[in-house]
Amino acid sequence: MIAPGHSNRDDLLARLTGPPGPELSCEECFAQLDHYVELELAGTDADTTIPGMRAHLEGCSACGEDHESLRALIATEARADT
Amino acid sequence: MDSSKIVLNPAGAEQESRVWIERLTAIGSERDAALAELHALLLRAARFEVGRRRAASSQLRGGDHDDLAQQSADDALLAVLGKLGDFRGESRFTTWAYKFALYEAAAKVRKRSWQGREVPLTAEAWPLMADDHQRTAQQSVEITERLAALGEAIERELTPHQREVLVALALNDVPIDVLAERLNTTRGALYKTLHDGRQKLRSVLAARGLGLDEHKEQTPA
Repeated sequence: MIAPGHSNRDDLLARLTGPPGPELSCEECFAQLDHYVELELAGTDADTTIPGMRAHLEGCSACGEDHESLRALIATEARADT
Repeated sequence: MDSSKIVLNPAGAEQESRVWIERLTAIGSERDAALAELHALLLRAARFEVGRRRAASSQLRGGDHDDLAQQSADDALLAVLGKLGDFRGESRFTTWAYKFALYEAAAKVRKRSWQGREVPLTAEAWPLMADDHQRTAQQSVEITERLAALGEAIERELTPHQREVLVALALNDVPIDVLAERLNTTRGALYKTLHDGRQKLRSVLAARGLGLDEHKEQTPA
């Protein structure tokens, strides 16, 4: 059965072909995720410091969700501390 | 100053991380206290994650959510202690530790949500969805050609395992942790298979003059 979420052909094309360019593996992504999120939230250029992370987060939905969650949690805690 | 920026490394953050490591590698009551504090932090993170996924796990009963959070915190604690030597101080210790709890909680919710469900590994039909984007006639022809070429390449160029993984993850929205459990493998190994399959599909498009990068260069902004 095809899931109903593919609302357009661009989305399908992106899912099938993945992000362009080199990307980290899931293991490398997990190892650097905390560093990446802190750089992002500090307003630093995280993608220059950790190349290949952005592409992986776009290509791997599970790692992308882990990234969003860690970013949201740290941002929530930082706001609560101020 | 950009108000969206968050100050995460105030003076003392490095010292705070060092103290965590010292306490967790100490012996006796000092370590016990540190373990209890760390477990409480991990449980908070796990509850945060389970809460974020509550809408996607509506079939779980009320108590299931907290059970999952507790299990996630327990497993994350073991993972953190097992990986303590890997902490390089590039982030706060708590940020580093949180990711283990979030990972465990997310994977557990995904697996629980798919418990008892069939994992579809084949595409019953190549999806012919309505195209809701405004396109020129030429763009419409191009994307139709690309999808047709991809459909053929999936059948002819991918290995059976690559095809199974691509169809399950990219077409059927099976969560990667769920598929990894069913196929007795890891998220990393599955993603490598997906990545290799995608690279093969990109090569097929490029060989037919339908490459995605070529397309971007030719398309006016």
